[in-house]
Amino acid sequence: MQLFMEQFPIVIRSLNIGFLQTLKLFFVTLIGAFPLGLVIAFGSMSHFRPLRYLSKVLVWIIRGTPLMIQLLIIYYFPGLVLHKPIWGGGESGRFLAASVSFVLNYACYFSEIYRGGIQSIPVGQTEAGLVLGMTKRQIFVRVKLLQMIKRIVPPMSNEIITLVKDTSLARIIALQEIIWAGQAFMKGSQGISGAIWPLFFTAVYYLVCNGVLTLLLGYLEKRLDYFK
Amino acid sequence: MAILEVEHIQKKFGGVQVLKDIGFSMEKGQTLSIIGSSGSGKTTLLRCLNFLERPDTGMIRVNGETLFDAGNPDTTTESEIRRKRLHFGLVFQSFNLFPQYTALQNVMLAGQLLAKEASDYKARRKEINLAIEAHAKELLNQMGLGDRMGNYPHQLSGGQCQRVAIARALALTPDILCFDEPTSALDPELTGEVLRVIRELADKETTMIIVTHEMAFARDVADSVIFMDDGYIVEQGTPGEVIENPKEERTRQFLSRYTQG
Repeated sequence: MQLFMEQFPIVIRSLNIGFLQTLKLFFVTLIGAFPLGLVIAFGSMSHFRPLRYLSKVLVWIIRGTPLMIQLLIIYYFPGLVLHKPIWGGGESGRFLAASVSFVLNYACYFSEIYRGGIQSIPVGQTEAGLVLGMTKRQIFVRVKLLQMIKRIVPPMSNEIITLVKDTSLARIIALQEIIWAGQAFMKGSQGISGAIWPLFFTAVYYLVCNGVLTLLLGYLEKRLDYFK
Repeated sequence: MAILEVEHIQKKFGGVQVLKDIGFSMEKGQTLSIIGSSGSGKTTLLRCLNFLERPDTGMIRVNGETLFDAGNPDTTTESEIRRKRLHFGLVFQSFNLFPQYTALQNVMLAGQLLAKEASDYKARRKEINLAIEAHAKELLNQMGLGDRMGNYPHQLSGGQCQRVAIARALALTPDILCFDEPTSALDPELTGEVLRVIRELADKETTMIIVTHEMAFARDVADSVIFMDDGYIVEQGTPGEVIENPKEERTRQFLSRYTQG
């Protein structure tokens, strides 16, 4: 017990640093994937056939393969196969490669949620906007966007909560996120080795983080309850 | 001069010819009712007038200005059509109000967006928006919805929603206001309030085209009636001619189904 009390502050400090990296990856992914997903969604609904097929194939490939493989390919392929290590070395290079992989992966999932949301809005809404002289853009921004957001909050909440946990996959390219930080104490770090509890303890971070997110997303859902 | 002239409109969906050479005209301040069974092309005709469907052939003229000429590609581009739509207003069967906006906001939105395109908008912004709001409130009052302006569509009854939709269409002061079966989605006890406001509009000489199944209403309110069947205009004339004393067998059959049912 005394040993644990000694180890605890050291471990927590390490895990906090790791979790900061986890959160960074989480927010970068959201900020990148929200708009990119919309672009892909419009691509897959486009009347221009090549663009539509391109979007659909991209979504098929990204959703059809494990994110872990995508991470490995995106991180190692340029350096090992093309001999052009575009990511640079060190933690910042790993973070960049992880960010690209996660943004692309989540954008594809988001795009399908957006598409479902947009297509579930009755065509009468568009027609009402048209006969009132609105442009297609105005109809999307002023009429359909908020209705879409209301419809996609529940499925998006699912994805966002999954993303928190998926960031741990970046461990595979040795990104120093919280799992990496917890594992370090098994191999030995800062005078602690063979300790498994720090790795188990990382679960508390995910749990608390997702608890907060669940409350926030629930609040957003409530805020959009004013219309049907 | 006729406010609206329609000539040789044809429209095909896939292999089905829905409109077969439609032509008619109407005078300013008149109310025209279009009657006919489901699938006769009434709704498609209204949608063509509002450019929600593009006719394959034919011409649409309002106040002598050619808005659409299938033979002239210049008149059929999307940007051209957007402005021309404003000659017409359309009230839908299913209201199609914007759910996230209050009744008042529904009526104001399109006007506010259009006002932004004016060159002097920045300088006169406050003034313009106040005018739009005053006009919208006046229209809602006229529809008997003075105490419902702050309500969202889901807080309103069907009849109230449809009256908001009428105010919304009127807000842009269209030359011709079209109604696509405005009471068909309403409970029977709510049709009266909607028909009453349409009747008031007719009394004020609003130019209107009303596709309806309410024969008694068409007879009382319309200045002229068109009976459509299978994509053709079979008969047109005053309500007395078409509804009371139809010349064509098809019109008689259609009307007899209504008086029996």
